[in-house]
Amino acid sequence: MTKLTIAREKAEQGERLSLEDALCLYEENDILSLAAWARAAKERKSGRKVFYNVNRHINLTNICVSDCPLCAFQCHDGDSRGYLLTHEKIAVILSEAAKAEGLNEIHIVSALHPTADFSYYLAVIRQVRAALPQVAIQAFTPVEIVHFSKITGKSVEDILHILKKAGLTSLPGGGAEILSDRVRNIICPNKATRMEWMDTVKTAHRLGIHTNATMLYGHVETVRERMEHLLTLRDIQDETGGFQAFVSFPFHPENTRFSYLKRVGAWEDMKMMAISRLMLDNIEHIKAFWVMLTMPVAQLALGFGADDLDGTIGEEKIIHAAGAKTNTGITRTKLRQVIRETGYEPIERDSFYRPGGKIQNENGIS
Amino acid sequence: MRMEFREAVALLTESDPVTLGKAADEKRRQRYDDTVTFVIDRNINYTNVCINACRFCAFFRSEGAPDAYVLTEEEILDKVGEAVAAGGTQIMLQGGLHPGLEFSFYLQLLRHIKEKYDITIHSFSPAEIVHFACLANLTISETLKRLQDAGLDSLPGGGAEILADEVRQRVSERKICSADWLEVMRCAHSIGMKSTATMVIGLGETMAQRVEHMEKIRALQDETGGFRAFITWTFQPGNTVLGGDKTSSWDYLKTLAMTRLYLDNIPHIQGSWVTQGERIGQLTLAFGADDLGSIMLEENVVRAAGTSYEMSVQKMTDLIRGAGRKPAQRDTEYHICKKFE
Repeated sequence: MTKLTIAREKAEQGERLSLEDALCLYEENDILSLAAWARAAKERKSGRKVFYNVNRHINLTNICVSDCPLCAFQCHDGDSRGYLLTHEKIAVILSEAAKAEGLNEIHIVSALHPTADFSYYLAVIRQVRAALPQVAIQAFTPVEIVHFSKITGKSVEDILHILKKAGLTSLPGGGAEILSDRVRNIICPNKATRMEWMDTVKTAHRLGIHTNATMLYGHVETVRERMEHLLTLRDIQDETGGFQAFVSFPFHPENTRFSYLKRVGAWEDMKMMAISRLMLDNIEHIKAFWVMLTMPVAQLALGFGADDLDGTIGEEKIIHAAGAKTNTGITRTKLRQVIRETGYEPIERDSFYRPGGKIQNENGIS
Repeated sequence: MRMEFREAVALLTESDPVTLGKAADEKRRQRYDDTVTFVIDRNINYTNVCINACRFCAFFRSEGAPDAYVLTEEEILDKVGEAVAAGGTQIMLQGGLHPGLEFSFYLQLLRHIKEKYDITIHSFSPAEIVHFACLANLTISETLKRLQDAGLDSLPGGGAEILADEVRQRVSERKICSADWLEVMRCAHSIGMKSTATMVIGLGETMAQRVEHMEKIRALQDETGGFRAFITWTFQPGNTVLGGDKTSSWDYLKTLAMTRLYLDNIPHIQGSWVTQGERIGQLTLAFGADDLGSIMLEENVVRAAGTSYEMSVQKMTDLIRGAGRKPAQRDTEYHICKKFE
C-alpha cells in the first residue's frame, strides 16, 4: 500500500494520523473526501449538535509593546488611534451587553499595553464578575498572561491563580499563531515564544482553567509547520486534556506589514478545517469562526467537520482592523437558522459547551 | 444509470453538499482533467427599459423613467471595440424588452459589429427573441434565422429562471412561459445555433420545481444536443419587489452538484462567482463545476485599459490555482485559447 492509501484508510477509519499522513492528505487535495471523513469524526464527538453562544467581545486596548508585523490592530503609545478602556467605559459596555438575552460569556482579548499595570486587568476581571455574576469570563490569551508575568515579576502560575480567584473562567487560545520559533521570529518576534505559550496553557490546564487552542495560517509558514503545529497541540491535549475547542484563523494580510501576501482562498480554509478535525482527535470541538470566514463559508464549514459557530460577538475590532468585511455581530435567531439549514441541531451553549439554561434548544426560538 | 426525478428531489431535500459534491466531482473527473476554463467577455446592456417588469429584477426601468436609457449603435460599437482591445473574445448583448426599438435596429447592429470586429456574438435571451418575433410579426424560427444571418453566433440561456409556470406566474407574470423558452432553444439548436441554459434558485420554488427545470433541459438536450453549458445563479433580492433572503451557499452548492449529476448530457457546468463571490466561486470547483464563466470587463475597467483587466485575469487564475487546478482561457465554444502555466 502506498503512503497515501494508508493515510486515506486511517482517516476513514478514524485512526490517529501521523505528520506524514497529514502531509499526504494535504498534498492529495481531495477536499470533499477530507470533508466526509471530518464530518464523520465530528459526528462521533458531537452527533447532530452544532453549538453557538451569546457572547460579547471586549478589546481593552490596542496600544501594544509587541509590535508584531502580523498585526493590523495594534498601535504605538501616542498614536491618535490608540485607546485604553476606562473602567467607566467598561461599565457602559457591560450594561449594554447585559441586555442581550442569554448572554453567557464575556470574551476579553487585548494588546500588551506599555504602562497599564496588572492591577488594571485584575480590576477589569473583578468588575465583570461583579456586574455579571453568572456570566463566564474568557479572558487573556497566553501571550497576555506571559506579559503580566513579566511586568509583575510573578510566575505564570501565580498570575493565573490570582485571575481565577478574581473570577476568570477560561483563557482564549489566541497568540499561538504557528508554534514554531522560526515562524514567530518573522511574524511576532517580541511576543511569547513557542515554549512560553505551551507552558502557560499547560499551567492553566493544571489549575483547572480550560483554554482554546488556535492556529493562524496563510502567512509565512510551510504546510509542514502547520501540521507540526497541530501535532504540538495534540500532544499537549494528550498530556492535560484542557483544550475545549480548536479555532483556526486564516491570516488577513490587509493593513499589516505582510500586505503583499494574498489571503488564502476558501478552498484552503475548508481543507484546513477538515484536516484539523481529523488531526485533533482528542479535542472535542472545532470552531468555525464566522467573523474570519464570512457566514456562508462558516456555514459550509459545518460540512467540513466544524461543530461550533462561536457567538453573537457584539463587537470585534482586531480582525476588522485587518480588513475583514463581515458584520461585527449577528443575532441568535440568524445563527440558529444558519445551523438548522445544514440539517444539524442548533444548541445554545455556555462557555463550557453545556446547553444553555434559558433557551429551550429542542423547541427552538427561531 | 440516469438520475431519476424522484431520486433527485429526495437527494436535494435530504442530502448535503459534501455527499452530492463528491458524486458530482466524480462525474466531472470522468469528462475532464484538472483544467478549469473561463472566458473574457463583456456584457453590454443596450437598454434597461423593459415591458416585463419582473418582480425579481432590480435592473429594469419603465420607459420615461428618469434613469431609463437606450444605448445608441455608436455607443455599443465603442464598447465592443473596447472589449476587443482588452482581449475579450465574446460579447453578450442583453437588454430589457424595449417597446420601441425595431427588429431592424438589432439586425443592423449585429451586421455592423461583425463588419468592424472579429468577435463572437453570444447574445439575446429567449425572452428577447420572442419579443423580436412579436415586433416583426415573424415566427421564432424566422426571427432566429435572420439574426443568425446578421451575425448572431449563439444564445445565452438567461431568462429561464425556474422552468415551472407556477413559479413564473408568481415572479414574472409577463415573461415568456416555460414552453416558449424551450421552444426558442429548440428552434435555435435546429438551425445550428448553440446555447447555454441557466437556472435561478431562491425564488421560493420547491426542490421538485428545481428538478422539473433540470428535467426539461435534459429532455431537450437529448433531442437537440445544443446546450453547451448549464449555469445556476442565486436570486439577488436587493432592490427588487420580490425581496426576501439570499439563498445560502449551502443550498447553492448542493444544487450545483445536483446539476452535474442530473444533466448528464450537458458538457459544461459553470460555477458562479458572480452571484456567490469569489470565495464560494472557488469552491464550486470541488462540487462539479469545470468552468468559472466569464471575466466581465466593466466599462470603467476597460476604459482604463490593461492593468485592471490584467488584475481580473490574475484573480481568476489565482482562484483556480488555489484549488489545485490549471487555469485556461476559452472561447464561446469552449475551445482553449490560452493556458496559464
